[in-house]
Amino acid sequence: MTTHVRHLRGLTIATAVMLTVSLALVFFYAPLDAEQGFIQKIFYIHVPLAIVSLAGFTLGGVFGVAYLRTGRREWDMRSYCAIHMALIFAVGGLLAGSIWAKASWGHWWVWSEPTLVSYLIVILLFCTYQPLRFSIEDPERQARYGAVFAIVCGAFVPINFIVVRLSTQFLHPRVLNLEGGNLPGSMKLAFYSSLLAIALLFTTLMKYEMAAKQTRIETRRLRRRLLGDDALRPLGRSAAPQ
Amino acid sequence: MAILRKDLLLERRTLETVPAMAMLAVVTFIIFHFGLNQNQVSGQLAAGVLTITLLFAAMLGINRLFVAEREQGGFDAFLLAPVDRTAMLVAKAAALFLYLLVLEVVALPAFALFLAPPHLGSSLPGVLLILVLSDVAFAVIGTFVSAIAVHTRARDLIGPVIGLPLLLPALIATARGIGPLLTQHATGSPPAKWLAVLALYDLFNALLAYAVFDFLLEE
Repeated sequence: MTTHVRHLRGLTIATAVMLTVSLALVFFYAPLDAEQGFIQKIFYIHVPLAIVSLAGFTLGGVFGVAYLRTGRREWDMRSYCAIHMALIFAVGGLLAGSIWAKASWGHWWVWSEPTLVSYLIVILLFCTYQPLRFSIEDPERQARYGAVFAIVCGAFVPINFIVVRLSTQFLHPRVLNLEGGNLPGSMKLAFYSSLLAIALLFTTLMKYEMAAKQTRIETRRLRRRLLGDDALRPLGRSAAPQ
Repeated sequence: MAILRKDLLLERRTLETVPAMAMLAVVTFIIFHFGLNQNQVSGQLAAGVLTITLLFAAMLGINRLFVAEREQGGFDAFLLAPVDRTAMLVAKAAALFLYLLVLEVVALPAFALFLAPPHLGSSLPGVLLILVLSDVAFAVIGTFVSAIAVHTRARDLIGPVIGLPLLLPALIATARGIGPLLTQHATGSPPAKWLAVLALYDLFNALLAYAVFDFLLEE
């Protein structure tokens, strides 16, 4: 498996700069919300986290398609890392959303809120990705089933949102609706810059994870060549590609 | 077609899965009666009780679906046979669908008897229509999940854990569709919105399962 992780340094610097710029925009440039005041600032973290994590789940599905088409293990690695990272971002988004809900609606959890509920369902679904991989021993089958799961669940993400939305009324503010949103210009700038920053953060962290896994595999291969098979501890079962 | 006939024959001879599903459904109704402490349920509560009971019973069937294939080498035999692999998906989904229909033939009268929902008789066609549509979703997703789970170590665990979130849209639509039919002043026709959602979800899942099922059978 040769996943060349390129541009890692440039990406890291770009992410750091973008995060700083977007946080500065959020806190010093965007105006305070007239109704919610300072707590509304969490919106600039929560919404990008949620959007990026959902995009990450779908991306995992796309990589899964690529794996099934080509049969090359690096796509499995990409799919795994995308879903892994998206899950972490999703939990972060859920927590941030919960804090915001407590502050603005008065409850930690609101069942009548379709976006919240469908988001939770998606997270629960993707929480089973790692147990599924972990319970398959043959690495090749693990990769194939992981890809199938990623495709089905990646396609499930938008469908689930539609169904849950049908079942309840709207309460969640629509940030990105078809009319182009209802944000004033300065807020919009801060929002899009933090969306970009979080997306960059996702890409960077995913690349770091891939680089780390890659290095571990490579080290293991070199040690085997250098010291012989006996010098290595046998591989334990793992959910990650190895 | 041969696989479907084999499955149905096996089920008729051994009576393994379907009676267990029906028993579970009846017992669950009794538990609901005591758990809710009500002699009669109506409206959304009745719909929820019915949906959850059928879900639990269906889970039993889903877990058992591929066990015979795995234990007796049916997968290898199937892969050697000169047929399209999708035939396995279609046959297994059809078998599960028929199991679920039989289950409902038992479960609906038991539901009427034990929990006495109002207007079940007059709105029966609507309820049946929704149940058949949700059975299709159960059958397709169940077959898919079961095919994944049967090759894993903890297969009885993995199946329901993946299956439940995937089934949630269908469950929401079933419960919300049946709910209005069982209220005190029901009109008798199911809400078109939920019928459409169920039908589209069925179609979506059937296409998706058709697309990826090949990869689950490779050796």
